[in-house]
Amino acid sequence: MTTTATTREVSPGSSGHSAVRPRGVAGSARQALVIAAKDLRAELRTKEAINASLAFAVVILLLFSFAFDEDLLRKMSGGLLWIVFAFAGTLVLNRSFARELPNDCLDALIAAPISAPALFLGKALGNFLLVMAVELVSLPVYGIFYNVRWTTQFWPLMGVLALGTWGLTVIGTVFSALTVNIRLREVMLPLLVYPMMIPGLMAAMKLTTELVAGQPLEGDVLIWLKLLIGFDVIFTALSVALVETVLVG
Amino acid sequence: MSDVAVDCAGVWKFYGDYPALRDISFQVQAGSCLALIGRNGAGKTTLLRILAGFSKPGKGRAHILGSSPRETEARSRLGFIGHGIALYDELSAWENLTLFGRLYNLPDPRRSAMEWLERAGLERVRDGLVREFSRGMRQRLAVARAFLHGPSVLLLDEPFTALDDRAIAVLQQLLREALAEGRTIILSTHQLREALELATRVVLLSRGKLLFQGERTQEMAEDPGLIYARYGES
Repeated sequence: MTTTATTREVSPGSSGHSAVRPRGVAGSARQALVIAAKDLRAELRTKEAINASLAFAVVILLLFSFAFDEDLLRKMSGGLLWIVFAFAGTLVLNRSFARELPNDCLDALIAAPISAPALFLGKALGNFLLVMAVELVSLPVYGIFYNVRWTTQFWPLMGVLALGTWGLTVIGTVFSALTVNIRLREVMLPLLVYPMMIPGLMAAMKLTTELVAGQPLEGDVLIWLKLLIGFDVIFTALSVALVETVLVG
Repeated sequence: MSDVAVDCAGVWKFYGDYPALRDISFQVQAGSCLALIGRNGAGKTTLLRILAGFSKPGKGRAHILGSSPRETEARSRLGFIGHGIALYDELSAWENLTLFGRLYNLPDPRRSAMEWLERAGLERVRDGLVREFSRGMRQRLAVARAFLHGPSVLLLDEPFTALDDRAIAVLQQLLREALAEGRTIILSTHQLREALELATRVVLLSRGKLLFQGERTQEMAEDPGLIYARYGES
């Protein structure tokens, strides 16, 4: 009978190349990047989520621009923008784990020696880049329809967009994993994500309203920035801690 | 040092109140092949999914090479073929194998991918998208994916179902080679003849219960229906 030692040292030979154990944080980070690159490549080939999300964002921005008068629009422009981003973002996030369902690809990912946090962070990074792309295309449209000079505080605005989008994608990705096997996941995901996003969205809305009005981030407004950063840190840590349970039970 | 590759001890699995598996215990020695047989609903897939780490047992424990299937060490040495091909339709054959080579931290994922494309007879369509492949080609690529990282333990759920002749021949040859190299195989199947040709042991499940486990005998190989007739529920 073949001993365990023999089996453990099965030579690569012609039947394959033995896997090497992933090494620490660097190994997990590399695997997360592999997952993100795979998701981006698949999405860029099919354009299923990004086309729908972008079309939705532009149409909603256009409709909102007819619905309110100019003064009111200026006061609530940050809020409107984030409502559009949140709605359009869930179209991307809905596809995140649903993309793994055909051919049982999720099983192959769960079986692979990649930690659940690395898998989650890779998915979240892919989603983040897709949602940011939708937002960056939507911003000029927003500037035109709402007559807003959104480039005045360009880099601070990019920072706030990145922080708000990270919060949205972290929560959206973990709930995308949780709802992946539910038949009504397209409905369930927004119902779960939006209430959780309230603190983060409030902060992002307030900060964006200030920035698109040309005001720098200083004084009392900074508390909203701290809230947004804290929100991202807390929900990233929580998601990383819980994702193994979400995926395997 | 123990030579047990797969250890299943008192495993129960509940779906709601329904026990899909009831106190399943068996061991598989390293380098042997276990045929997991039983009719539809017997619990074969549920058991394989627990062994592969896709779900956790309600009670009891399952160990692969001495550790939980969720341990990275166990997963890096486990190969699984399930009901789906576990490949991305929107990626090419080459991209799929390279992706999994990277996830398994292979020293040279591109070379491994190319070698397995050649072994599966798919090197000419390496850049073709999987969604454009025929069913047989998809199955051969799925087999290549499962063997890519040289797993010590292979879990195969109905591996011969829906395979064309060429894919069956490729898979049977690979399984024989894997056994000769000391790898451990558990395969669930309805196709008893193919399974019993390879198996060294047999486990028979029925409605979540283990009805029989033992060595595969020559008598079983010659008359596959014998196991159900002798040990199965009527």
